Amino acid sequence: MTDDLVVHEARGGALPAWSLAKDAEGDIRLSDEWPERVTREWAWGGATGKDVNVCILDSGVEDGHPLVGKLEGAVAVSVDKDDNPIVEADTAGDACGHGTACAGIVRSIAPECNLYSVRVLGAGFTGSGPVLLAGLRYAVEQGYDLINMSLSTTKKQFATILHDIADNAYFRRSMLVAAAHNMPVESYPWKFSSVISVGSHEQDDPMAFFYNPNPPVEFFGRGVGVEVAWPGGAKIKASGNSFATPHIAGITALILSKHPELIPFQLKSVLFLTASNVGGSA
Amino acid sequence: MTTTGEGELRAAVAAGVVGSREAFHGLLTGITEVARAIFGATASSILLLDESTDELVFEAIAGYGADDLVGRRFPSDTGIAGWVLSTRTPLILDDVQNDPRFAKDFAAGTGYVPQGLMAVPLLHDERVLGVLEVLDRPQQSAFSLQEMELLGMFANQAAIALDLLSRAGQAEVVLNAGQGELAVVARLAATVAALEDERREAGLRLLDDLADILGE
Repeated sequence: MTDDLVVHEARGGALPAWSLAKDAEGDIRLSDEWPERVTREWAWGGATGKDVNVCILDSGVEDGHPLVGKLEGAVAVSVDKDDNPIVEADTAGDACGHGTACAGIVRSIAPECNLYSVRVLGAGFTGSGPVLLAGLRYAVEQGYDLINMSLSTTKKQFATILHDIADNAYFRRSMLVAAAHNMPVESYPWKFSSVISVGSHEQDDPMAFFYNPNPPVEFFGRGVGVEVAWPGGAKIKASGNSFATPHIAGITALILSKHPELIPFQLKSVLFLTASNVGGSA
Repeated sequence: MTTTGEGELRAAVAAGVVGSREAFHGLLTGITEVARAIFGATASSILLLDESTDELVFEAIAGYGADDLVGRRFPSDTGIAGWVLSTRTPLILDDVQNDPRFAKDFAAGTGYVPQGLMAVPLLHDERVLGVLEVLDRPQQSAFSLQEMELLGMFANQAAIALDLLSRAGQAEVVLNAGQGELAVVARLAATVAALEDERREAGLRLLDDLADILGE
């Protein structure tokens, strides 16, 4: 292959690579009509999350829980001794309860979204890092619109790979919604700018969320004293950024169901414009 | 054979190691007692990750279970503590007895089923060493983000103590495995260090004399 062809392929066949040719503006025309002012009514008024595929990357989800409903799919991810991924149908449900809680919160906000579970926990502590990477990579490959990730890793050796996966997801229109750590430690992937990072506020309104002008945490969602689904058809109360994250994921699912053409950059912008401390009360 | 300098260094390290496990263990227990008191909780415990067996071990407990749970083990991916360990993420839950599986597990392990719990990972650098749990804060006090901060501070303190305990344990293993002569020196140094005033001075003089005689 000649150098010219390599460049040509890099842009999916168009020339020049990574640039816009003189007469090519039509190729990048966006279909969405933007209103003069983005309001919550424009962003998600009447939306239910229908046709939006949301993945819960966590401890598994209890299928059929009254607050979760039907799952569209569930897999368990593990790795072999060489860290090669193994993806199998998951019939074990939720090993902890955390994933079911997150799924229930997304469902409560976006009742008609399609929920998928990718379980990355339950295979012992020592393999948890490689399993997390394999699970996230799998989720991005599946092309889920949203991936709720209410967990992170403190292992620096995974940071670069996670960064690549997060960027790849962003460019493929698969939005990662990731919980910030509750403690002042370095962890990933929530710190990357290609994800929506979420911390907690203490208000009771599930639709109240705030933009944070002091990153790396970008948004605050409801995360204290939240009634959540729990295995065994139960309900418990839970607190932490883990539970703020699916609130933002649910709201993002509503926006995507009404505006499926939005790319991650635009999604973040709509979230910003509709945040309670920006234009959200309008 | 080691050189004289290395030998002295190793003896000094050994002197610091002997008995230090107990001291660090006391520190861990102290942390659980303060955590229990500050949060007004029924119990507080520190679980250490044993990477060789992939298990969590009750290392220190204040309140319920303090008498008979220390040393008890369970798989590292089990239940709430397992999730907190694997994800390195704190978890605060109330009404947990609504989960019959959780209640059964807890009752089988501890004989006590809490209403609520806070569990936080013990992080040291990028490693996770274990989990700190606080059971049953008073129900009338709503959980706040400030409490999360406080919990994190306790966790940091506990993680440092746990790291020291772990290092002391590893050093003891090294001393006891194929280094019998060092273990003797370590015990001797620790014994002298524990003496008071005149007896200590006399002990040190005796050791000096012994060193002179052996060095001739």
